[in-house]
Amino acid sequence: MADGAVPRFWREIPQRYNLIGNQCGSCSKIYFPPRESCPYCRRKSMGKMKVLKLKGQGEVLTYSIIYNAPEHFERQTPYPIAIIKLDEGPKVTAQIVDCKLDDVKIGMRVQSTFRKIHEDGYIGAIYYGYKFKPIEVK
Amino acid sequence: MMRDVAIIGIGVTKFGELWDKSFRNLMAEAGSKALFDSGISGSELDALYVGSMSTGRFIGQEHIGALVADWSGFAHMHIPAIRVESACASGGLAVRQGYFSVASGMNDVVVVGGVEKMTDVVGDEATDTLATGLDQEWEAFFGATFPGIYAMIATRHMYDYGTTREQLAKVAVKNHANGALNPYAQFKRAIPLEKVLNSPMTAYPLTMLDCSPVSDGAAAVVLCAADKAKNYTDKPVKIIGTGQASDTLALHGRREICTFDSTVYAGKKAYEQAKLQPKDIDVAEVHDCFTIAEILAIEDLGFVKKGEGGKAIDEKITTLDGKTPVNTSGGLKAKGHPVGATGVAQIAEIVMQLRGDAGERQVKDAKIGLTHNVGAVGASCVVHILEAI
Ligand SMILES: CC(C)(COP(=O)(O)OP(=O)(O)OC[C@H]1O[C@@H](n2cnc3c(N)ncnc32)[C@H](O)[C@@H]1OP(=O)(O)O)[C@@H](O)C(=O)NCCC(=O)NCCS
Ligand SMILES: [Zn+2]
Repeated sequence: MADGAVPRFWREIPQRYNLIGNQCGSCSKIYFPPRESCPYCRRKSMGKMKVLKLKGQGEVLTYSIIYNAPEHFERQTPYPIAIIKLDEGPKVTAQIVDCKLDDVKIGMRVQSTFRKIHEDGYIGAIYYGYKFKPIEVK
Repeated sequence: MMRDVAIIGIGVTKFGELWDKSFRNLMAEAGSKALFDSGISGSELDALYVGSMSTGRFIGQEHIGALVADWSGFAHMHIPAIRVESACASGGLAVRQGYFSVASGMNDVVVVGGVEKMTDVVGDEATDTLATGLDQEWEAFFGATFPGIYAMIATRHMYDYGTTREQLAKVAVKNHANGALNPYAQFKRAIPLEKVLNSPMTAYPLTMLDCSPVSDGAAAVVLCAADKAKNYTDKPVKIIGTGQASDTLALHGRREICTFDSTVYAGKKAYEQAKLQPKDIDVAEVHDCFTIAEILAIEDLGFVKKGEGGKAIDEKITTLDGKTPVNTSGGLKAKGHPVGATGVAQIAEIVMQLRGDAGERQVKDAKIGLTHNVGAVGASCVVHILEAI
């Protein structure tokens, strides 16, 4: 991921820190990250998109274990990356943590957790956001 | 009413790590080979199209249309030059734009080039640049890599359809065997199955040898109004179908993980225009940037049913002497994948096959061929169908 001026990261903080999405006021479909309008309702949804915080729980749809990573992720390799279907509907791509590599499975239940995503060694910036960890089955 | 368009010349450079060749050298070489092959003179040229993904990052140079016109020797003729970008589908899309311009009647003869010079950067810069085809904010930011996203498709395909690591690896084995017969290929060597399975893991379940390489190279084709094609060549090849489609930039935004709807829609448009069906295709070049991508492609293009792509490899449906030979050139896997060049090089390979000029890798009696060029992880796709006339 390319480095950039601070506002590029700062403007995504609500989404990446707190999973803030939005919901179409016309068809009730939920979006993450939030959209300007609903792709299905289009003009009917204009001005009717409501802010919505997602619970961060969902299910792993698929995953991979990354062995070759860009420089600022190299220290974390090998790490699992997954597509997670959140219970509210939207899907996201994120790392799975607090879990052995062999234990990552399709269908496993996960919960979002606020973590450091990577560090920019050159300017020393640290980027935060969501990762997902297994939900303990009681 | 659109008019018919034919391909009257092709030119390709060798693909590979070409340290002694610059971006300009490569494009000029492919372009002049294509012009020479077509027999037209530069003064007959109406426009020039060039597909390239990321020259700004790969060689620190934009304004590629003008650069290519200049170094191909057309600056003093002031020929219009247009650069086209759609990540790894830039080349295929450039062909489609050239096709439109001739079909519309605005231009009679155009050259379409595709080029990428990927080895002038060091370290991770090449793979980081390729990753700009992903969603930077919502995939790459979180640590997803290009091979990693395709690997996630593979994991799900294995889960849904029982596809195996061996079947994935067999795609690489087949394409390397074909590449061994292609003088322009980056890897002119066959590889055994064990080598693919045991090569270092890039992104589980894909090993390094499930991936296409980082490459330099260029390709070009000359397009002309079909009714004038015979003035230049005895073996024109007509573009009888073209289709293009888009989808969400991020894989996670899709309806389905194991289908590229962009391929399905682009294919449907091309088949409809050509009035043909998947079974009519004699030979195809598909976008195998990773082995799983070829399995998806043959399913989404309708050569086999969804989920049967792995089985098709076992049954040798796509080998040189199979029912539908796929990636006779060696594909992106073995021929190499200089991203912007790929879509144009696919057209060049199919033209060679339809002319009967493909040498040792010639498919017997090939009359109709298809090309399939994907942008990144299926957010864009271009399909062409060609016929010998
Ligand atoms: C798979 C990949 C990470 C390997 O890169 P790498 O680990 O840096 O490999 P190196 O460049 O160090 O090469 C090591 C050796 O393996 C060979 N090699 C590298 N990649 C290869 C590949 N994909 N297939 C076959 N051989 C390959 C090299 O030629 C080299 O051989 P040599 O030692 O005989 O010279 C890299 O090729 C890659 O990222 N490929 C994907 C490209 C991509 O995403 N394309 C866009 C898709 S649309
Ligand atoms: Zn809506």
